[in-house]
Amino acid sequence: MSLALKLAYRNLMGAKLRTWLNVFVLSLSFVVIIWQKGILNGWDQQARRDTINWEIGGGQYWQGDYDPYDPFALEGSHARLSVATERAIAEGKLTPILISQATMYPEGRIQNILLKGIDPNQKIIELPSWELISENGDIPAMIGKRNAKNNHLKMGDYVTIRWRDANGTFDAVEVKIVHIFKSNVATLDMGVLWIPLQKHQKMMQMDGEATILVTDQKIGFGGSIVGWEFKDHYLLLTEIREMIEMKSVGGYVFFVILMSLAMLAIFDTQVLSIFRRQKEIGTHIALGMTQKQVIVLFTVEGAAHSVLAAILAGIYGFPLLAYQASVGWAMPGSTDDFGMTIAETIFPAYSIGLVLGTTLIVLITTTIVSYLPTRRISKMKPTDAIRGKIQ
Amino acid sequence: MNNSALIHITDLVKTFPMGKREFTALKDINLSFSAGEFSGIVGPSGSGKTTLLNIIGTLDVPTKGDARVIGRSVSDLNSKDAADLRNKHLGFIFQTYNLLQVYTVFENVELPLLLLKIPSEKRREMVLQSLEWVGLTDKIKSRPAQLSGGECQRVSIARAMVKSPQIVLADEPTANLDAKNSHTILQTMENLNRELNTTFIFATHDEKVIQYLRRKISLEDGQVVRDETIKG
Repeated sequence: MSLALKLAYRNLMGAKLRTWLNVFVLSLSFVVIIWQKGILNGWDQQARRDTINWEIGGGQYWQGDYDPYDPFALEGSHARLSVATERAIAEGKLTPILISQATMYPEGRIQNILLKGIDPNQKIIELPSWELISENGDIPAMIGKRNAKNNHLKMGDYVTIRWRDANGTFDAVEVKIVHIFKSNVATLDMGVLWIPLQKHQKMMQMDGEATILVTDQKIGFGGSIVGWEFKDHYLLLTEIREMIEMKSVGGYVFFVILMSLAMLAIFDTQVLSIFRRQKEIGTHIALGMTQKQVIVLFTVEGAAHSVLAAILAGIYGFPLLAYQASVGWAMPGSTDDFGMTIAETIFPAYSIGLVLGTTLIVLITTTIVSYLPTRRISKMKPTDAIRGKIQ
Repeated sequence: MNNSALIHITDLVKTFPMGKREFTALKDINLSFSAGEFSGIVGPSGSGKTTLLNIIGTLDVPTKGDARVIGRSVSDLNSKDAADLRNKHLGFIFQTYNLLQVYTVFENVELPLLLLKIPSEKRREMVLQSLEWVGLTDKIKSRPAQLSGGECQRVSIARAMVKSPQIVLADEPTANLDAKNSHTILQTMENLNRELNTTFIFATHDEKVIQYLRRKISLEDGQVVRDETIKG
């Protein structure tokens, strides 16, 4: 094998431009594949982090009947908090959120919303609930930037909301938009109006009740609450996970296209080599190499492209990817409206596993693609090969 | 059977398929070559010279009969053993030189030694010695494309001789060379034959080569028609 490596190196260096063109194409594949996977990883990590920090904390307890995908279930999915739960809330281990359906009338238009009541003093999630502390008679409300944009609402605006309380009675009130927050977590923003928990409980005739309880990431809660079900990160991050998996499938298609292009170049070079270098193959055999050794030599030569490509990719790709990781990739403004958790700027996350894994995949694929055409050598007649006779 | 013979060929027949029929390239060949011979297989194109040389060089096998090279029957060798025999005991010189274009002169001559796994220091010494035999020590960094035809063939000789093989097989070595270069090449090979006692076997129809031979084996239609010693 060391002989094959030595001769392959000589052949590659001797082939000059042909080698470097292939190596460059392959190195581009390395860099783009790593970059693209890094972006997905970065997005995944940021989306998980933002969702945990802003929405789900250390996990959530859902009232037994609560189903976020069934708006009809909302009416009955609330329960009074026990003394022990109230104590945990006071200790900062939990924060309750009451969720109900309502209608908002911005500029006279009807807009269905989810009304969410949150304790303005909570510190468990990063949602700026403290903005809901009000000292005058207005009912303070806050909405996300996307919601504000869609409904033409700005800070200081009053908007009418109408709801049906626990007894089925319709009521309406004007709330004042005291804050418009910016969050990467779209589910906190789109179609949601946040008001103080106690106001919400009073409006709904549901004193001391909540729909979900968010646990603190650091302290946690750990116990079980009768009538409530704990939902862990795995379940609560399902949507993000599925979205990233879906994006990853798209990424794999991109990966396959990119690899195919690079492998086509290698395959083409190998096939051409077998035809154009028949005399060389014959000479190697005459000098004492077996056909198997020549196959190994040509395969190593083809596979060595990926080693050189990895080195070249390291030379120009490392600073390029490091720069990208530091400045990030700014998402276009319209991504805000996509309804998914995505930051304004995605910072790619590269891991050793990603780099090594990509290198290994490219190396194995290149070796296989390099080997396939060389099998023809075993069918060559050395006497014809020496004369360069096309076989 | 001559026991001291390096090569011993007995009743050798070689046929090739030609469509539904067979073409007999060599018929009933019986020959022996001893150490230190400077012989040539001569004859017109298609007489079977190259086929015979290929069989002696273990690149091909007889259809019938036997060819023993350095005590080994060519028909019995598997590809690994045949490669081993070529690697250790045989040198080849081709009509079109067959130098590797991307290698330097030094690297071309070094190649057989790499296959023999000779250490680098020793390898360098042997390559330089071989290039000195053919008078090309000043061209070690040149590539074949930068050399004349005569120089290329001298590199080819150096490559064949570098491992001091027992037998060198030269197929039309002067076919692409002018008269002056042909004589230079032949003189070089004759000197090496005398100095190192290497057996040289040529396949040729070139009169310039024939005048250097000490033994001339004439082939016609795949059969030996004459086997004569020309010089003492």
